[in-house]
Amino acid sequence: MLYRENGQFKTSYRADQQIFPIQQDRIFIGLLLAVAFVVVPGLASDYLFRAILIPFLIMALAALGVNILVGYCGQISLGSGAFMAVGAYGAYNFFVRIPGMPLVPAILLGGLCATAFGILFGLPSLRVKGLYLAVATLAAQFFSDWMFLRVKWLLNDSPSGSVGVTNLQVLGWPIDSAASRYWFCLVFLVVMALLAKNLVRSAIGREWMAIRDMDVAAAVIGIRPMYAKLSAFAVSSFVVGVAGALWAFVYLGTWEPAAFSVDLSFRLLFMVIIGGLGSIMGAFFGAAFIVVLPIVLNQVLPLLASLVGVEFSTTAVSHAELMIFGALIVWFLAVEPHGLARLWSTGKQKLRLWPFPH
Amino acid sequence: MKLRSLLAAALVAGTALASAPAAIAQAKEQFFPLLSYRTGPYAPNGTPWANGKQDYLKMVMARDGGINGVKLTWEECETGYATDRGVECYERLKSRPGVTLFDPQSTGITFALTDKALHDKIPLLTLGYGLSISADGMAFPWNFELMGSYWTGADILVQHLGKKEGGLDKLKGKKIALVYHDSPFGKEPIPLLQERARMHGFDLSLIPVTAPGVEQKAAWLQVRQQRPDYVFLWGWGVMNSTALKEAQATGYPREKMYGVWWAGAEPDVKDVGAGAKGYNALALNPSSQQPKVIQDILKYVHDKGQGTGPKDEVGHVLYTRGVIIQMLSHEAVRRAQERFGKGKVMTPEQVRWGLENLNLDQKRLDALGFNGVMRPLSTSCTDHQGSTWARIHTWDGSKWNFSSDWYQADEQILKPMVKAGAEKYLADKKLQRRNASECQSAG
Repeated sequence: MLYRENGQFKTSYRADQQIFPIQQDRIFIGLLLAVAFVVVPGLASDYLFRAILIPFLIMALAALGVNILVGYCGQISLGSGAFMAVGAYGAYNFFVRIPGMPLVPAILLGGLCATAFGILFGLPSLRVKGLYLAVATLAAQFFSDWMFLRVKWLLNDSPSGSVGVTNLQVLGWPIDSAASRYWFCLVFLVVMALLAKNLVRSAIGREWMAIRDMDVAAAVIGIRPMYAKLSAFAVSSFVVGVAGALWAFVYLGTWEPAAFSVDLSFRLLFMVIIGGLGSIMGAFFGAAFIVVLPIVLNQVLPLLASLVGVEFSTTAVSHAELMIFGALIVWFLAVEPHGLARLWSTGKQKLRLWPFPH
Repeated sequence: MKLRSLLAAALVAGTALASAPAAIAQAKEQFFPLLSYRTGPYAPNGTPWANGKQDYLKMVMARDGGINGVKLTWEECETGYATDRGVECYERLKSRPGVTLFDPQSTGITFALTDKALHDKIPLLTLGYGLSISADGMAFPWNFELMGSYWTGADILVQHLGKKEGGLDKLKGKKIALVYHDSPFGKEPIPLLQERARMHGFDLSLIPVTAPGVEQKAAWLQVRQQRPDYVFLWGWGVMNSTALKEAQATGYPREKMYGVWWAGAEPDVKDVGAGAKGYNALALNPSSQQPKVIQDILKYVHDKGQGTGPKDEVGHVLYTRGVIIQMLSHEAVRRAQERFGKGKVMTPEQVRWGLENLNLDQKRLDALGFNGVMRPLSTSCTDHQGSTWARIHTWDGSKWNFSSDWYQADEQILKPMVKAGAEKYLADKKLQRRNASECQSAG
């Protein structure tokens, strides 16, 4: 009932090709954006902003980038942490070395650095695929770990290898308060999600999906595998690189190479798999699951335990957190191997007939 | 995307639930946020440290009922030594009523929190770790690197070798290798060692070990090739015991290995046992159950079955260091109360004043039960270290014994380096030095 499409006629190609063809979806997205831009900043506390919403937004952006590569083009990558690092350090170098460099161009230039790095490490994808490619992209991770620990020039000669930025501002508007940082990330996320959504619906997105589904068949019908694969690497690393720059600049402020370790690459891959491969919305679900759930568990478990009169030690909580988190991943993937995004679309499908399913 | 908004709503409700009763209960209490890690590759070392911090709080509550009648509360937050989780913990706990100060318990988290603390006006107590240049209180108004930094530690190690060889000039031509954890933590001592190498003409070779440090074959191959006269070990967690095992396998004499004070505790050598015999490390504090404060903890906490960790680990090196950190935080609150009103809950700004005006002479230390645990310490607005003394202790196969007298880091060398480093930091961050007139105010 909620999703009844009766009476919604599409009479032009334009209408048929819009991003959200169902009116309810359009209303819902509009409301969601209004909530995200206006209501949330009014209600959220400093903690909610700085510790949960901002990392969620940035990780959702990163997962979006990884999803383009892994979900849409089928090129499994374990180098996403490296692309984030290149974006972060690239933006850092532009920001501190060029006097008067504005923030947004610095971040976008960081993304372009990541694009170049991504294309370079995407070259093996022309020869190897699947798990072999995953291992090849792991090299990107190790290379970036090495580079940002050893090449002093990239760190602005910081003796300890830790770098940081201050005085962030956009056109004289300081990005200092929690709410302004949130808006800043949100604008990046919304704009890039919109671009990504349109990109995957366009010809190039279809090429990526054709390559993912069967590359030999795709080549036979005239898709150039080199162009398709490298463009997926380029677009994906750009988005991931921008997310990396935001993670460093807006969330951490001061960071070291360990902030972009191989662990982060794995977490990004998990986000995409759990959220839903090949779905823009999956990136949001996956990021929420991986970023927010451990923190929620960490805070809710002692609370629940105290309700029944048991005192949990910190050790027990953190171990329980890991166990529950692991169990939930297994359960989700067993119930719905296509991720949370598929659960959501199944739910939507059911709502079309609700409350009278056949 | 409905799930996302649902989650957000659940979160808002959850946090409100979590903080509302706590806020009422804690209105008149001094709150100590305890960042710790009991999981991950650094857990063996992080756990005793966290236990010490918590047991001291429990003991003070049981013995004295608080600080001048102000009740103490605390909450641990697990970081797993990960910077992003540490930042989350900090954001979660910083706005609790009565919050005192943060001990981030990790160099990486300290780096990330240094800017945030400046913005939030909350002191960071980084005893023996963190940014070496933050000894300059005028450039780093909220960082307190009490009892020494990596630079003072490295300086003392060089002094000790000089004494052993019969004069610092005898170090000329000697080879010293620094085997370090490849992170800001491990890299911090390098500038000072390079400075000393230039002064005395010894040869410094840098051998990095990738975090967390379980894979060291390549590093020790280099040690075997270079045959250095001494090895400095700048490790933490699982890296230390691995290094000792590798040294044993390589045949490098453990007597010639010197660790930083984070590489000289029981978890580092216990598994290696006799294989680590003769290994030396810097010591900020002893490992013993003799001091009165440890006896008090046993009596008021562990004998009542309320101890945080195993009873036989009470008084170990890292445990005692946790106790010292907590004692210094308490003394800062007590000192601040002397000025801003006894029996009141101190704000972070007032606690900073307390930290800048600590004056723990021997008499005060004895009264606190810290006789033989540490040296007297006094801080000021400009000096955020208070004391730069340390000793060397040596593992005899079953316990740590002191093998040197106290050394003090050489101010002549450190002062200009700290000053220059702090200036560069301020210039990079476009910050101003603190005004001397702010020293007496509580804000």
